[in-house]
Amino acid sequence: MSVLIDKNTRVLCQGLTGSQGTFHTEQAIAYGTQVVGGVTPGKGGTRHLDLPVFDTMRGAIDETAADATVIYVPAPFCKDSIIEAAESGVKLIVCITEGIPTLDMLEARIAVAQNGVRLVGPNCPGVITPGECKIGIMPGAIHNAGKVGIVSRSGTLTYECVKQTSDLGYGQSTCIGIGGDPIPGTSFIDALALFAEDPQTEAILMVGEIGGTAEEEAAEFIQSNVKKPVSAYIAGVTAPPGKRMGHAGAIIAGGKGTADDKFAALEKAGVTITRSPAELGLAVQQATGW
Amino acid sequence: MNLHEYQAKALFARYGMPVPHNLVAATPAEAREAAEKLSTDKVVVKAQVHAGGRGKAGGVKLVDTPREAEDYAKSMLGTQLVTIQTDAAGQPVNTVLVEETCDIANELYLGMVIDRASQRVVVMASTEGGMEIETVAHETPEKILKQELNPLVGLMPYQARELAFGLGLKGDQIKQFGKLLAGLCKCFVEQDLALVEINPLVVTGAGDLVCLDGKINIDGNALYRHKDLQELRDKSQEDERELRASEWDLNYVALEGNIGCMVNGAGLAMATMDIIKLKGGQPANFLDVGGGATKERVAEALKIILSDPEVKGILVNIFGGIVRCDLIAEGIIAAVADVGIKIPVVVRLEGTRAPEGRKLLDESGLDLQSASDLGDAAEKIIATVGVAS
Repeated sequence: MSVLIDKNTRVLCQGLTGSQGTFHTEQAIAYGTQVVGGVTPGKGGTRHLDLPVFDTMRGAIDETAADATVIYVPAPFCKDSIIEAAESGVKLIVCITEGIPTLDMLEARIAVAQNGVRLVGPNCPGVITPGECKIGIMPGAIHNAGKVGIVSRSGTLTYECVKQTSDLGYGQSTCIGIGGDPIPGTSFIDALALFAEDPQTEAILMVGEIGGTAEEEAAEFIQSNVKKPVSAYIAGVTAPPGKRMGHAGAIIAGGKGTADDKFAALEKAGVTITRSPAELGLAVQQATGW
Repeated sequence: MNLHEYQAKALFARYGMPVPHNLVAATPAEAREAAEKLSTDKVVVKAQVHAGGRGKAGGVKLVDTPREAEDYAKSMLGTQLVTIQTDAAGQPVNTVLVEETCDIANELYLGMVIDRASQRVVVMASTEGGMEIETVAHETPEKILKQELNPLVGLMPYQARELAFGLGLKGDQIKQFGKLLAGLCKCFVEQDLALVEINPLVVTGAGDLVCLDGKINIDGNALYRHKDLQELRDKSQEDERELRASEWDLNYVALEGNIGCMVNGAGLAMATMDIIKLKGGQPANFLDVGGGATKERVAEALKIILSDPEVKGILVNIFGGIVRCDLIAEGIIAAVADVGIKIPVVVRLEGTRAPEGRKLLDESGLDLQSASDLGDAAEKIIATVGVAS
């Protein structure tokens, strides 16, 4: 078992024929992911990377019965692509693209929720179940199948988690990059709930960042809902406070949002915290006694 | 991207919101002419900089005559205004706003922001206008009224009424407030704003509402679809190195420290700063070279770091996913050839094509220290540069 994706997941790629879509789909196929086709409006009926290309998501789903789609479409077109995917019948949307206008995401999220679809991202590295399925831009080779579920707001810090848990021989059940945008499709709580139910996941490692209150909310959720050992690191203790934006955002949050607040909330919820990004794996060891 | 007050007010006016008559001046003579054209005897002259706290810093002056407006403009233009929100160098004053005065009976606060927690655009209003809203939020949070907007339907008239009653507005003011807020909400969505504040929103002696100040921050991700707003960018208000970095698609923030950092990914960049601090050092900057790092951009990133005279050593921390470590290595070698690096550099390469990258650096003959992991990298650079005093 794993969460969200496994070896049976059939994956489409929106923006397959673009440079990003091409490069990362080649990597995904090499990793063993079952990529079943792509969508590029106007290129339907052609083939790319020896895969069928469709004009529309609905057409692609009808032909391939795909479970998941990954979006490598440029930011100005992502709202359209996410909503097209949400209304196509696909179950999982992973949006890698960075730089989507925030107001576009507010609207796209409503379509996603109305259709009961899961969106991961945007502005994220994607999701990987080691040895089975890779959807996104992470380097496959550093991952090992195993027992730690990883959820993170940052791409390269996720890789750091992966490397450190691989070095200790624990491996990963699934790694979910929820992305660094203010309006993410999947929250820490969503990911934690998935890991809490997954038999393969024996421990959870979460990596947060300053800003917003997602980590504080996650802490409350962990306290009442997660029985598995959870370890956490928050990046940005040394980051300077936001010059302008940070202010009004922090008003709504009631003054929360600093790394110290987040560490405190997580510690109170029984999470094993580490203040050193070099000791992410050690924090898992500490939490589990492995 | 931030707007100046005069730009924000022009945008408000386009959406039918009440703002005082005003004119922008870039020279003392223009300030005098502006004061002559305006209809009130007294006018207010306000320095236009991207920072709050101007009033207390002497950047706002009420004057009696056009001559005084000219004199004050002369004293401000071309100077740096230091406020509690700027750094010690302050922000350059290149324009002043000359504005009609009004009779103030009451000061309110009105703002809008995209709230992460509720995932909605939120309107905030308060009777405590003219104060720092952060102070109000801290001391009397019950005095901040909020309304969340449904993205599908936007502001509903009842929401404006609830706020208006909550602010204690009466009679025609309720109608005025509804119209003003409808304009503001339309502006927020159509112009892709990230933050807007009107502080204060005044009630005049005659009982009318007027936007006496205006602060706008635009969602940088949405600027591509607002060519007219792009024109409003005032690069003179931005940090020189941050500006240069942004032109190369690099994300750079200057800090007060002596260890320069070059990292890929915002989270890892913050983590790198954190571990330097944790081990007793002081990071000089945040720098994310991003996912699409090329040789040229890496070289430029190093030059920007080196342009900070405080930097005594550099830590390069790359975990290659999309970024290939061999390209990073080529960038470092190119930068050294181009500008010369005379301070110690510690490099940690991991992930995609890391062995190839390390080999390139080893064979380059450059004086670099390689590190095996994040902790090792931080310890090595601190051992070279020394702990923070």
